[in-house]
Amino acid sequence: MSASSAVNAMKKVVQQLRFEASINRVKVSQAAAELQQFCLQNAHHDPLLTGVSSSTNPFRPQKVCSFL
Amino acid sequence: MGELEQLRQEAELLKKQIEEARKGVADTTLAELTSGIEVVGRVQMKTRRTLRGHLAKIYALHWSTDSRLMVSASQDGKLIVWDTYTTNKVNAIPLRSSWVMTCAYAPSGNFVACGGLDNMCSIYNLKTRDGNVKVSRELTAHSGYLSCCRFLNDNEIITSSGDTTCAVWDIETGTQKTVFMGHTGDCMSLAVSPDLNLFISGACDWSAKLWDLRDGNCRQTFIGHESDINAICFFPSGNAICTGSDDATCKLYDLRSDQELTSYSQESIICGITSISMSRSGRMILAGYDDFNCNIWDTLKAERIGECSSEPGHSDLIMEPLSILLFQVWTDCSLPPLLLSGVLAGHDNRVSCIGVNEDGMAAATGSWDSFLKIWN
Repeated sequence: MSASSAVNAMKKVVQQLRFEASINRVKVSQAAAELQQFCLQNAHHDPLLTGVSSSTNPFRPQKVCSFL
Repeated sequence: MGELEQLRQEAELLKKQIEEARKGVADTTLAELTSGIEVVGRVQMKTRRTLRGHLAKIYALHWSTDSRLMVSASQDGKLIVWDTYTTNKVNAIPLRSSWVMTCAYAPSGNFVACGGLDNMCSIYNLKTRDGNVKVSRELTAHSGYLSCCRFLNDNEIITSSGDTTCAVWDIETGTQKTVFMGHTGDCMSLAVSPDLNLFISGACDWSAKLWDLRDGNCRQTFIGHESDINAICFFPSGNAICTGSDDATCKLYDLRSDQELTSYSQESIICGITSISMSRSGRMILAGYDDFNCNIWDTLKAERIGECSSEPGHSDLIMEPLSILLFQVWTDCSLPPLLLSGVLAGHDNRVSCIGVNEDGMAAATGSWDSFLKIWN
């Protein structure tokens, strides 16, 4: 890498870091509380978490149908 | 002082500034915040379906948005589209290159895509008029392997590559609309935000980056891992991300507070994570490891709560559909078949990929033993 392209590359790195440094950050207490709230509020919509009853499980053991 | 040296120093200062800003909003920890809730009870998932048909290691799987169909990619040179309810193969697509590393299902269900060491992303039309699946586009421009791809819609796909870039493509024209540069190591994995405006990438430079699809900028960079990040996914609200790394840990990073909230690790776990997915409420993290297992973590309490268990040495030969009995023949064939009930057989080989479907009803794992399993 030539000297000038190294400088240009580094300029981009610095520019990106300036951008990332300038963002607004929310307090962890608020952000994490909202993650927790999302989990708890959606718990009953989470079949892997609550378990699935045989009758509602599309993956229950396959039964063979017989003609009567 | 030379300009380069000046810039380097400015970069170091900015990094310290970011570190200070992150500490500045760290007014509590996830552990403190969740101290009032209980750990999720022990989870033991059972294999509900075994999908047999591939002849070599499975490298990738991706659920259709209908939570029923799924595409898998194997180095036997095939993509297979499965009906996971019935285990029927809907499509078996021969690939031009067998060195496949990733596959994706379009949200519409009309297309699948794959790619790998051929450095290309190939798009396949599943809904042609004559019923034959055909390559509809080959997206070439990456100078490194294709590690991951995800459709935004029928005409746009995002790719991540060993050439350290990610890209959004216009499939119709076969060109890259935006190239996302910034990683300094191979990009290994990507995930799209629920609102489709952002995506995240994990790379061999040990960092994860959040990218804005609208303006092409990297918004945030998450550090902390001590080795390559192989797997990445969004928390279902879109406000956090989860990563899995060769450093044997998974991490949860919050996007709005711009920092790591917690790490998921145990002293006894020393091997890398190859794949990661979250349950529908975000309460569980399912992570596939190099030691054959898939560990399940309580996201909020950072404790291990279960696994899709694996018993090395067993071969799951027959699953009698009408019966709850499981026949197993020991790999040492001198023993007669043993009748066992309630035994859970897992993968004999490294779990290479995992995915929870959209309705949250099941987790799928794919393995180097050529099988895919559906668990719940």
